[in-house]
Amino acid sequence: MFELLGTTLPSRLLLGTAQYPSPAVLADAVKASGTSVVTVSLRREMAGGRAGENFWSLIRALGTRILPNTAGCHSVKEAVTTAKMAREVFGTNWIKLEVIGNHDTLQPDVFGLVEAARILCEDGFAVFPYTTDDLVVAERLLEAGCKVLMPWCAPIGSALGPVNIAALRSIRGHFPDVPMIVDAGLGRPSHAATVMELGFDAVLLNTAVAKAADPVGMARAFGKAVEAGREAFGSGILEPREVAVPSTPTFGRAVFA
Amino acid sequence: MRVLVQGAGVAGLTAAFELATRGAAVTVAEARHALGGNASWFAGGMLAPWCERESAEQPVLDLGRDAADWWDAATPGQVTRAGTMVVAAPRDNGELERFASRTSGHRRVDEDEIALLEPDLAGRFRRGLLFPDEAHLDPRQAMAALHDRLADKGVEFHFGADASAVSGFDRQIDCTGMAAGDDRLRGVRGEMLILNTPDVSLSRPVRLLHPRFPLYVVPRTDHRFMVGATMIESQSTGPVTARSMMELLSAACALHPAFGEAEIVETGVGVRPAFSDNLPRVEARGNTVTINGLYRHGFLLAPAMARQAAELVFNQDKSMELANETDRQRQSA
Repeated sequence: MFELLGTTLPSRLLLGTAQYPSPAVLADAVKASGTSVVTVSLRREMAGGRAGENFWSLIRALGTRILPNTAGCHSVKEAVTTAKMAREVFGTNWIKLEVIGNHDTLQPDVFGLVEAARILCEDGFAVFPYTTDDLVVAERLLEAGCKVLMPWCAPIGSALGPVNIAALRSIRGHFPDVPMIVDAGLGRPSHAATVMELGFDAVLLNTAVAKAADPVGMARAFGKAVEAGREAFGSGILEPREVAVPSTPTFGRAVFA
Repeated sequence: MRVLVQGAGVAGLTAAFELATRGAAVTVAEARHALGGNASWFAGGMLAPWCERESAEQPVLDLGRDAADWWDAATPGQVTRAGTMVVAAPRDNGELERFASRTSGHRRVDEDEIALLEPDLAGRFRRGLLFPDEAHLDPRQAMAALHDRLADKGVEFHFGADASAVSGFDRQIDCTGMAAGDDRLRGVRGEMLILNTPDVSLSRPVRLLHPRFPLYVVPRTDHRFMVGATMIESQSTGPVTARSMMELLSAACALHPAFGEAEIVETGVGVRPAFSDNLPRVEARGNTVTINGLYRHGFLLAPAMARQAAELVFNQDKSMELANETDRQRQSA
């Protein structure tokens, strides 16, 4: 169980809904993962009014909580408009805010992100900002009204896993009371376990499951890894020991040899 | 037996062929005023079941394996059997490995062999995959050829026709795609371009892999190339968007810079009818048999679906068994 913005969620895994072989496989993967929140994009799908409605009703039918996102938005204005549309379509004030700064790497434009976050928070949205691991940006996002942060661990879809553990430790350590979801860049279940062991509250991923040979099996594996990582974090992880260096005088060599 | 086929897209035409071949008196009613304008018209025309298996389930390979033979027999001269080439930019070699591990029926090709098979791609890609048993056709020419063949067999065509106005048939086959109004169907929008340039020649469809903008280029006659296709969860039929155009064009230029000087002779948008598992269905209800949900596999899977539909029409006893054929194959996959 996991408390997020006053809502109790059974799972600490959030799953994206793009790129699956079919909506049927997506539904099976969601079930297998145990996830209770799915993200869905609508920037491209909303061209021509509510023409994406059929897919969106399949998403609603998953029975999970929905966190719409502003994927594909490159400006503050686009992101704000998309967020408002999302609120109308899915009847939720939750929004995963993405303001993309680079078309190729999908790196967030953190300046636009802070600006859009301020506008949306003032408008009553619960903003989940997709950000980097930068501490100052995190501070600005909190100051803009965000109650949760979503730092990346590597660029979207890269499957690199946590490339900068020190930065992740640092952002976790600086904001101990802010719910933090590691979003983007996870490639395998051990990556998810690693960031959960660092004390992050949840992880969000998409490509690693959707593009696996067996998305349903991979979804189940991620579900287990997230649980394992969280339980390990709460159980006091043994720090690595420098066993080559004796910490006490080595009397009676025969015993330790 | 007199059979009415509603819809003259790839599903309707292939069904009419299978029925006429079995001796039925077939009439085809199409709401549009000519062949074309439907999802089939904007298709790539790749008969590529091994490549498609990268993202599709096993039935697509099982049901699509014989498609090239079917089209060759039904429309002689329309099918080109030159395989499919799959390449990726050096940076995206991981995508090539992923594609190779998800598919079968391919072999690795190196720089020299790529140059031998597609001289215009020489020096541009170091590694690729060749799917030698795949084929392609030009959907518009193939549909026209099939139409003519059907007309020769005595099949009657009514274009611009309201199907409810024609009556007196023993059976109906509904091949109207999204227009069938089945609420289990969703539309998946696909946008495509046709480019014209004498500066590039390709002998076979080429797929350029990319983590976000995968693209295929299918060579057609007269220096034309079909470039496709986006996959957007939307049934909007509005014109191609600027972003989609930009993505398609930049991928085409990444395949070969000379596409930058090509003329854009056409842009097209089709909405593919799909069930939630993205697999097609042949279903019987009363006197009507329905073929639908061909998704992005119209030319590939229509022959197998047409056969199933024709067998249903001619053998009602087996109807339940055959209606569930697709489901069974999916479950056993």
